[in-house]
Amino acid sequence: MVMEKHDLVAVEKCPTGIRGLDQITNGGLPKDRPTLVCGGAGSGKTLFAMEFLMHGAIEYGEPGVFMTFEETPQDLAKNFYSLGFDLPEMMSRGLIETDHVSITRSEIEETGEYDLEGLFIRLGAAIDAIGAKRVVLDTIEALFSELPNATILRAELRRLFLWLKGRSVTAIVTGESGDKTLTRYGLEEYVADCVILLDSRITGQIATRRMRIVKYRGAAHGADEYPFLIDEDGISVLPITSLGLDYPVSKERISSGVHRLDAMLGGKGFFQGSTILLSGTAGTGKTSLSATFADSACRRGERCLYFAFEESPRQIIRNMESIGLDLDQWVKKGLLKFHSARPTLYGLEMHLVTFHKVIEAFRPQVFIVDPISNLIDAGTAPEVKSVLTRLIDYLKMKKISSFLTDLTHSGDSPEGTREEISSLIDTWLLLRDIEIKGERNRGLYILKSRGMYHSNQLQEFLITNQGLDLVNIYTGSGEALTGSARAAQEAQERASEMERRHEADRIRRDQERKRKAFEEKIAALRAEFDAESQELDLLAEEEKERQQFVTEEQSKMKELRKGKLAADWEKAPKRKLNGKKKGA
Amino acid sequence: MMSESVEETWNLRLYVAGQTPKSITAFANLKKICEEHLAGQYSIEVVDLLKNPQLAKGDQIIAIPTLVRKLPEPLKKIIGDLANTERVLVGLDIRPGP
Repeated sequence: MVMEKHDLVAVEKCPTGIRGLDQITNGGLPKDRPTLVCGGAGSGKTLFAMEFLMHGAIEYGEPGVFMTFEETPQDLAKNFYSLGFDLPEMMSRGLIETDHVSITRSEIEETGEYDLEGLFIRLGAAIDAIGAKRVVLDTIEALFSELPNATILRAELRRLFLWLKGRSVTAIVTGESGDKTLTRYGLEEYVADCVILLDSRITGQIATRRMRIVKYRGAAHGADEYPFLIDEDGISVLPITSLGLDYPVSKERISSGVHRLDAMLGGKGFFQGSTILLSGTAGTGKTSLSATFADSACRRGERCLYFAFEESPRQIIRNMESIGLDLDQWVKKGLLKFHSARPTLYGLEMHLVTFHKVIEAFRPQVFIVDPISNLIDAGTAPEVKSVLTRLIDYLKMKKISSFLTDLTHSGDSPEGTREEISSLIDTWLLLRDIEIKGERNRGLYILKSRGMYHSNQLQEFLITNQGLDLVNIYTGSGEALTGSARAAQEAQERASEMERRHEADRIRRDQERKRKAFEEKIAALRAEFDAESQELDLLAEEEKERQQFVTEEQSKMKELRKGKLAADWEKAPKRKLNGKKKGA
Repeated sequence: MMSESVEETWNLRLYVAGQTPKSITAFANLKKICEEHLAGQYSIEVVDLLKNPQLAKGDQIIAIPTLVRKLPEPLKKIIGDLANTERVLVGLDIRPGP
């Protein structure tokens, strides 16, 4: 950052307006100096120069001169038109001036000394006509093949570049790549301020365009090769390398779309802006989970970008209807955008540029790639890793939650990615097959999830026509069971449970019956006892009556005898009576 | 080519940029060659691009000095100070006189 400040003082920059390039160069090309843009045939030199001129004229108020040594003005106008620029109209408004320098060797004879003052005069006239601040010379090297005296030409080109500096115009000079030199005729010797090399490389039948700033005098610049894309909007350079690790982080949580999965993730789901990887073998439900996540994002009103490398958008929408997801409604509302492409359609770097471009245009909060493993077809493992690292860094900078799926193969270690990106991942979900008793079921577990409490259980992952769900796997009696085996085991447990319940009922009923019988017995005994007691009372009563009768009889007899003997007799029955009372 | 034909007119144009030594040499050399080979059959027009810069575009001039043979057709161009008479004669398609 200190460097950047220094740069601003040292070299004034002239913005090119080419997407990404101004970021790599911290502001653009060196102002009022010539820049050499070199590259092979078809590497995009002319396009680069045209964009520089057009953006200058339209966006930065700097008119420009396009001096072409190769194409006729008609062809030039067509080329500009293909980028959406109306050259004749811009010329009539005095924003652009063109000059076609055409010389034919067969028409020219050379005798003695000469210089290229004519070229200077033409260029000077064009610059003066519109007050140009930018100049393009495309491709000045053509002169070497038309003018036989290379010595004069070299001297004159050196003078031309000095002259351009003197005119205070920012110039782009294009040059064809040579075998061992940057340009066929060594133009880099003259244009010493800034040299940009464009390159188109083919690896495994896939072409990748790259740009490298070979030299930028007096300014710090990225030394890497930057991939770039040429499409209907012109050139886009990818400025992202590994940006470092100072991206903003969020504590917000977002739902995965599956309630029980959120529960496994500390009850709240993923961190917003985190990178989620879903690994799994074929047919484990990666796309279903991706689509569910997309659906939940759209339900929250977020924008979701879905890169599909295996299926067409229509096919995904149709298939997801089978699990009860209506993705079409989100597409129609503009919340969900699919981008389908074959991985081998273009090079890996180009995919990155495409990601970058589409993300810039759509500005999603959620970004899904299904699957990233297919990208490996478009490059080698280190390249894939480099691209994904840059992609993830970029997404994190933008606080976009990203959901990447990875197709693993049964031979691979399930806990490894071929792309070796595990260290970049915040939350890693693993889907796997569980084969038990001739049946294949899906299991899901969380391999890691940074910064949150998460479940360590393997859950059975169910795909139903109502959507996705997770259920606990049967883990009783020392084995883990899924699918119908789990269901059977559970049914069996339910059956034996019921049996146990029935048994208990029976015992309870027995007990009840016994209790009743017991009570009946008690009642019978009491009745018997009562009956005996009554009889006893009756006997006592009778005895009392008899005693009374006896007493009455004795008193009668006493009265009759009136003797001493009778008094003695009286004492004994009294004692008898007392004893009887005690017993009662 | 009927160079002996009396009716034939040689219309030549010399592009210069100010009074530079090369321009002066070129004009002198041209005059001499024309007098020797095309006496009475030629006209020379000198165009100073410093005064009329817009004219450089029309005849596709980049080198100075440049001699353009406008007539007879086809158009021919000779660049340089015209020091080598043989080359000038070949360039203008003039057969050396007997």
